[in-house]
Amino acid sequence: MFITDLLEETYLTISANKIRSGLTILGIVIGIGSVIAMISIGQGATYSIQSNIQAMGSNLITVMPGFQKSFSQVRAQKGSAQTLTIEDAQAIEEEIPFVQIVAPELSQYYQVVTKGKNTKTKVVGTVVSYPNVKNIGIEQGSFISDQNVRNMSKVAVLGPTTRDDLFEEGITPIGQTVRINGINFKVIGVTQSKGGTGFGSQDDVIFIPITTAQRFLVGADYVSTIGVQVENQQVMAQVQAGITNLLLQRHNIGDPLTADFSVLSQQDILESASSITNTMTILLAAIAGISLIVGGIGIMNMMMTTVTERTREIGLRKAIGAKRLDISLQFLVEAVILTFLGGVIGIILGSGTAYGITFFTGMATKISLFSIILAFSVSAGIGITFGYWPAQKAAKLNPIEALRYE
Amino acid sequence: MIKVKNITKVYKSGVVETKVLKDVSFSISEGEFVAIIGPSGSGKSTLMHILGCLDTSTTGQYFFEGKDVSQLSDDELADIRKKEIGFVFQAFNLLPRAAVLRNVVLPLIYVNIPRSKREKIAKKALLSVGLDETRFHHLSNQLSGGEMQRVAIARALVNNPSLILADEPTGNLDSKTGELVLETFQNLNRQGRTVILITHEKYIAEHAKRIISLKDGEIVEDIVNHRSKAVQQIKE
Repeated sequence: MFITDLLEETYLTISANKIRSGLTILGIVIGIGSVIAMISIGQGATYSIQSNIQAMGSNLITVMPGFQKSFSQVRAQKGSAQTLTIEDAQAIEEEIPFVQIVAPELSQYYQVVTKGKNTKTKVVGTVVSYPNVKNIGIEQGSFISDQNVRNMSKVAVLGPTTRDDLFEEGITPIGQTVRINGINFKVIGVTQSKGGTGFGSQDDVIFIPITTAQRFLVGADYVSTIGVQVENQQVMAQVQAGITNLLLQRHNIGDPLTADFSVLSQQDILESASSITNTMTILLAAIAGISLIVGGIGIMNMMMTTVTERTREIGLRKAIGAKRLDISLQFLVEAVILTFLGGVIGIILGSGTAYGITFFTGMATKISLFSIILAFSVSAGIGITFGYWPAQKAAKLNPIEALRYE
Repeated sequence: MIKVKNITKVYKSGVVETKVLKDVSFSISEGEFVAIIGPSGSGKSTLMHILGCLDTSTTGQYFFEGKDVSQLSDDELADIRKKEIGFVFQAFNLLPRAAVLRNVVLPLIYVNIPRSKREKIAKKALLSVGLDETRFHHLSNQLSGGEMQRVAIARALVNNPSLILADEPTGNLDSKTGELVLETFQNLNRQGRTVILITHEKYIAEHAKRIISLKDGEIVEDIVNHRSKAVQQIKE
């Protein structure tokens, strides 16, 4: 028996049962399609988070407060400590080599009100160097100046999303007043859009001088993070170690394990974010994989029915000289071709769905070659796995009994 | 050509043993037209399965063209079937929803005859059983019973086998078309082919030149059929 004969036999039997074959293929199409779509959503999320983090600046070190030290066994939430100060930031800038810019910030969420509109957004108290550290550009007006910080001026710079939330289209926000936590601030600038939505978006913020935030909003003199820009990526590790030692010394802590702060590079943040989204991708793919298994069982079901229906034909084929291998190959090839067709259509449909999601919701998706190869090999594997048993059943039929089968 | 020596066949179901064939011996030489006749339960179907290499005997030996085939494996038996034996069944066993020509081509696929030659060989076989060329591309289930059985005979012939085995070939046909089919077998025998016909009806067996009668798994009679037209012609 030649391969072309096997393919011809398969074509004839599949086309003889168009509706049944179509429905069976549909099971695989849905399985493969959802695996592709789910993986592309997961990878799209990973990709957009990574690019958001990278947009913050690539040689950035962030100093964050650690857990609040207490004498009980219960650890407070990470980041809850209020031990970092503006003086720490100044010390880093003065004492650590290769440090270019240091920008402390104090962020909290507040309700912000204008005439007739309001929004809850992140209010970032910071200093003049902040835009350089975070790669933020100014679209209109100007950013906070040194003088603003020194005088604790009640001035605000809006992110583009915040501007849209607070002001009607066409109104120039510069010179207008916004109320943050009951205190009036004068708008002096608007930043450029950095893109990105959800986690890590840097468009939905309001910047005010850090001193103003400490005095009028929070009422304390700690800072929530310190951004440090390093000269180049080669000295990242060295600077990270330098900052750790300096702050341990300043906070009078002997054991680095009990430090009340943590020093993270962009790489560290990127890695932890990636591990979260990878888990999400695997979860989504696993859910979609269940439908793939259901589709595979559909293939097995159809092949079982076919073998029973064609028992007499199998008996005849054996009588005219077909060997076990000929019969089992015929049914195995049929199952593999069905899943293969389902796989191809599923890949097209899944990619289409991913594009559709991006097109209609703006959510980032990314179709990777990996997911296509995975889907393809899984579908071929399903064809072989779920086709094997029916094929063996057919091959083992006794020709005499098969010919008598009613 | 065929030599059967002390063949027995025992079926076991649980502890009960049924002896279907008891010490059967005979031989058939090339070019014979033999009818094996017997009532149901006589063991004639079992004998046909053994002769057709679809089954093996429990004890005894079966020589097919000098070769002992009684202890061969399934796949080795399949090899003999596809090259040496052509089957014709009572229920025709054509592939439904497949064209006449496709049905006849089927055995050629398993002996690896190149694609380009298949149709020519199949057409020749169909013409030799007297099927009209206009029918070649009809679906097999659109044919009459007599036509279906002739397609089945063409399928049995297409590999040029040395033995044709027909199991109640007229069982599903009316007497007139049955007669036509039997004439086809007689023609094939006249061309030198060995034909074995299994039946339970005496008037059908009388078309053969030799009649072997089975009863309860034993041969009760093995005679030359003097009433056969062919035998009469030879006598004259």
